[in-house]
Amino acid sequence: MKFVDEYRDPALAGGLLEEIRQTVTRPWVIMEICGGHTHAIMKNGLDQLLPAQVELVHGPGCPVCVTPVETIDRAVAIAARPEVIFASFGDMLRVPGSVSSLFMAKSAGADVRMVYSPLEAVALARQNPEREVVFLAVGFETTAPGNGMALLAARREGLTNFSLLASHVLVPPAIRALLSSPGNRVQGYLAPGHVCTVMGWREYEPLAEQFRVPIVVTGFEPVDILAGLLMVLRQLEAGRYVVENQYGRSVSREGNLAAQRVLAEVFEVRDRPWRGIGVLPASGLVIREHLAAYDAERKFAVTTIKVQESTKCKSGSVLQGMLKPDGCPAFGRECTPEHPLGATMVSGEGACAAYYTYQRISHA
Amino acid sequence: MHNVNPEDFSCPLPIMEYETIQLAHGSGGRLSAELVSRFFLPRFGNETLNRLEDQAVVDFSSGRLALTTDSFVVDPLFFPGGDIGDLAINGTVNDVCMSGATPLYLAAAFILEEGLPLATLHRVLLSMEKAARAAGVQIVTGDTKVVNRGCCDKLFITTTGVGRVPEGVNISAANLRPGDRLIVSGTIADHGMAILTSREGLSFHSRVTSDTASLNGLVEAMLLATSDVHAMRDPTRGGLATTLNEFAAASRIGILLDEAAIPVRPEVRGACSVLGIDPLYVANEGKLVAAVPAAVAAKVLAGMRRHPLGREAAIIGEVVAENPGMVAMRTAFGATRIVDMPVGEQLPRIC
Repeated sequence: MKFVDEYRDPALAGGLLEEIRQTVTRPWVIMEICGGHTHAIMKNGLDQLLPAQVELVHGPGCPVCVTPVETIDRAVAIAARPEVIFASFGDMLRVPGSVSSLFMAKSAGADVRMVYSPLEAVALARQNPEREVVFLAVGFETTAPGNGMALLAARREGLTNFSLLASHVLVPPAIRALLSSPGNRVQGYLAPGHVCTVMGWREYEPLAEQFRVPIVVTGFEPVDILAGLLMVLRQLEAGRYVVENQYGRSVSREGNLAAQRVLAEVFEVRDRPWRGIGVLPASGLVIREHLAAYDAERKFAVTTIKVQESTKCKSGSVLQGMLKPDGCPAFGRECTPEHPLGATMVSGEGACAAYYTYQRISHA
Repeated sequence: MHNVNPEDFSCPLPIMEYETIQLAHGSGGRLSAELVSRFFLPRFGNETLNRLEDQAVVDFSSGRLALTTDSFVVDPLFFPGGDIGDLAINGTVNDVCMSGATPLYLAAAFILEEGLPLATLHRVLLSMEKAARAAGVQIVTGDTKVVNRGCCDKLFITTTGVGRVPEGVNISAANLRPGDRLIVSGTIADHGMAILTSREGLSFHSRVTSDTASLNGLVEAMLLATSDVHAMRDPTRGGLATTLNEFAAASRIGILLDEAAIPVRPEVRGACSVLGIDPLYVANEGKLVAAVPAAVAAKVLAGMRRHPLGREAAIIGEVVAENPGMVAMRTAFGATRIVDMPVGEQLPRIC
C-alpha cells in the first residue's frame, strides 16, 4: 500500500537504528505521549532494537484509558434507558466502569450499537425519530472535530433526538502537568502526529521553551517512530530543545484550520479529571451552553453514580510514566485483558495491554 | 329481480403461492412438503435424499470415520465472494477434511424466520448446490424449521458432515513436534475483512472478497506429497493466531513465526490498518495451516502450489521447544513479540 509500506520498510528502519546507535552517547528518557505510538512500538518490538541507553516511557495518550470512570458509569446509565440507542466506537464497549461496561449493559438489554463514525450515529437519529440517539464522544483533539461536526450536522438537519456524551481531552495540558511534576524523568517527547494534524504544533513551542525539552511531532509507522526518536536524540545530544516535525506528510505548523473552527464553535475548554491521574487544569472540552440541547450530560440527568475504582490498579503511575506496566504487582496476575482492573489493560493502545499482548515473552 | 349466477360464487381456497416464508412452512403439513419438493429436492436431490426418510442410510466401508457439525449465522447473508450457503457447505467440508478425511455426506438443517423471501432461500440453496458439487459431496438428509418473525435473524443453517479417514493418516493438534515447519495455504484475513467491510451501517467500502472454498482437493494434494502431516486446521473464527495458539497449547510446544513470510493481500492490509485490526486474528474460510516435518516441507509446499487453492502457500514459521504453549513472532524489523490468544472480538479502535 503506497504511503504506508515505505514507512514499514525494514531496510530503512535498520539504517535509522544504526544512526541512533551512532548518535547516542549517554542515557536518555523519552516519552511517547500517544497510545498509538506505544502500540506500534510494542507490536513491532522497536524498544528491543534501541540501544540500552534509550529508555522509552509510555504516556497517558490513550483516550480509552484516561476517560474517567464516572463517564463510563454515566454512559452505562444512559444506555440502560429504554428510549435510548447508545452509539460508541468499538474499543469503549469493554472498558469497565464501577460495576458494569457497555458490553455488559448490552447483554442486559440496552440498545448499544458499535459505529465507526459519529455521522453513523446521526444517521441512526434520522432513521429512528422516536428514539434518542446518544453518541459517546471520547478522544483527544483528533476525534473532537469529527464529533463536533456530527453535532452541527444534527442541528442543521433539525434533529432533536441526537446528543453527545462528550469527554474530550487535550494533549498539551497533560504534557505540561507531567513536566511540572516533581518526579519527572522525561527529557524529550514524541508528540502525537494525528493530534497535531488537527491542531498544528504552535501550542508545543512554549512547552519546549519553558521546560527545555525537545518535542518532535511524529507519525505512527515504525520508520516514522524511529525517525522521530532520532530527531529527539540529536537535539538532546546537541543540547537543543525546539519543536520539530517528523510527520511532514500530514502535519503543518498551523494545523487544520477548518477543524479548529468546529472545535471552537462546539466546545469550550475546562478543567477535567483524567482517569488514574486526577484533575488537570484546562485539559478537557465541554459542549458550549448554547448547544446544551445536544449535550447528553445535560439532557439525561443521572444522579445515582457512585464511582468505585480498583485499589490494586496502578494505572495512574503507569500513565504518568513512573511505573512500567510489568512493574505493577497486579500485572498478568489479577489484571489481564480478560479481567482488567483498569482501563490501561483494556484498550489496544493502553500501555498495560500492549505489554501483556506483545512483550510477555521476555518476562516468561 | 336481480339475477344470481351461481358461477359467480366461489369457495375461498388457501393461497399456495407465497413470496415469503410462512409459519405454516414449518408445520409439517402441506406447505412444508411443498417447500421440500419445490425448493430443496430440485437443488440437492439424490437417491438417498429423495427417499425422504427420517434418516439417510448410506454405505460405508470399514475404517475410521470423521464427523463434524457447524452452525452458520453470518450477517449479511450475501457478501462479496460468497454467501451463507456456500459457507455452510465449505465450512463443514473443511472441518471434515482437516483430519485428512475424504468428505462423503452432509446433513443440513435450516431455521427460517417467518417473512424470509422465498427468493432469498432459493438463492442460498442454489449456492449450496454449487458448492456441494464443487466439493464432491451429497446432502443426504435435512430438516427445516420456521420460527416467528424476530426469533432468528433471517436464516440459520447447520450442516453436519462425515468423511472417511485414509489408512496411515493421523492428524491432530496434539501432534506438532519441534522442528516441524508451519505452512499456510494462502493469503489470510480475506473472509473476515470482506464481511466487516460489507456489513450494514459501516460506511467503508473495499474490494476485498471472501476466500470461502472447499479445501478437500488441496488436502488430497498434500497427502499425495506425504501422509506424515502432523497437524492441520482451517483458521476460521479467531484467525491464524488463534489456531496456532491452539496448536501450541495442545502439543505443549512453542511456535516461532516469521512476520514477513505471512501472505496478506495489500487491500486487506489496508482495510485492517484503517480499522485498527490485526489480520492475524481475522477469520478465513478457505485457508488451512499445517505442520509437517522439515524433511517433507518443500515437497508438500510444491504440491500445494500446484493446486489452484494453494498457489500462494508459504512456509511461515517453525515449531520450537522453547516457550511451550506460546506463539512468538519475529517482526519484520528483527524483534520478537508474542502473538497471543485474542480476548474477545477485535474492536475497531477510536483513532
